[in-house]
Amino acid sequence: MTPEIMSILGAVIAVSFGAIGPALAEGRAVAAAMDAIARQPESAGTLSRTLFVGLAMIETMAIYCLVIALLVLFANPFIH
Amino acid sequence: MEGNPLATLILFHIGPVPISKPVVTTWVIMAVIALVSWLGTRRASVEPSALQSTLEIIVETISDQISAIIQKDTWPYLPLLGTLFLFLVVANLSAVLPDVQPPTGHIETPAALAVIVFLSVHYFGIRKRGIGPYLRHYTQPSVLLTPLNVLSEITRTFSLMIRLFGNMMSHEFVLAIVVFLAGLSKPIFLQSWLPSSSGRRSVASRHDGKLI
Repeated sequence: MTPEIMSILGAVIAVSFGAIGPALAEGRAVAAAMDAIARQPESAGTLSRTLFVGLAMIETMAIYCLVIALLVLFANPFIH
Repeated sequence: MEGNPLATLILFHIGPVPISKPVVTTWVIMAVIALVSWLGTRRASVEPSALQSTLEIIVETISDQISAIIQKDTWPYLPLLGTLFLFLVVANLSAVLPDVQPPTGHIETPAALAVIVFLSVHYFGIRKRGIGPYLRHYTQPSVLLTPLNVLSEITRTFSLMIRLFGNMMSHEFVLAIVVFLAGLSKPIFLQSWLPSSSGRRSVASRHDGKLI
């Protein structure tokens, strides 16, 4: 297996597994926020602001994986 | 390295310092923001012009959002946070102009912004609480956790940088892949619009079987 194939596989694995966790977490966060808004519609503004900040935090994990995948593909120090 | 989307295009040199394309884009964005702000507040009056009203609405919206989060007087923090917000909005949306790549999609602009935020956190912390209590908060809740507290300062800055960079770069990448897949079916007038230089070339060179 050449280093090119290995780095492609590494990028694929990083992105695919790195997307699962944040996807589940964002789904749960949005579901909980929907639930809370349904119970207390008057607090929708506060809830959605907090939700957006939280979603950005969760998304960080997926972005880390994406950056690592792109580094492996385009700036791999072991391939010249 | 022509197909590397992470490499930056060097436009010219000032002395020994190379000036890249994102830096020039940043300068243009700074000039545009400064010019619009100056035009809007040049003859500020109680009966405002359309531009002054618009600017006041923007500033008040930012101030309201900040005060809803920090629950304190926003005035000490508004200049820095508002400027960061305006710059990031203009920079991230600058991709809608033909042949302009957002400077935040290259690592050095997010890194510079993260350094500014890193320094200003300490500045505001020391100004608010004094240097002794500020340094003491690193030993909370226990002295044993001091290394972790110091480490979290560094990782937080790093995370700020990588988040913005990853978001904007992936945005460019996804557009480039869509353009490449669409191929000839895309309208001519979109040719110059969509990310033409780095992203698409790298995807195309991948297709030819050349990795890196």
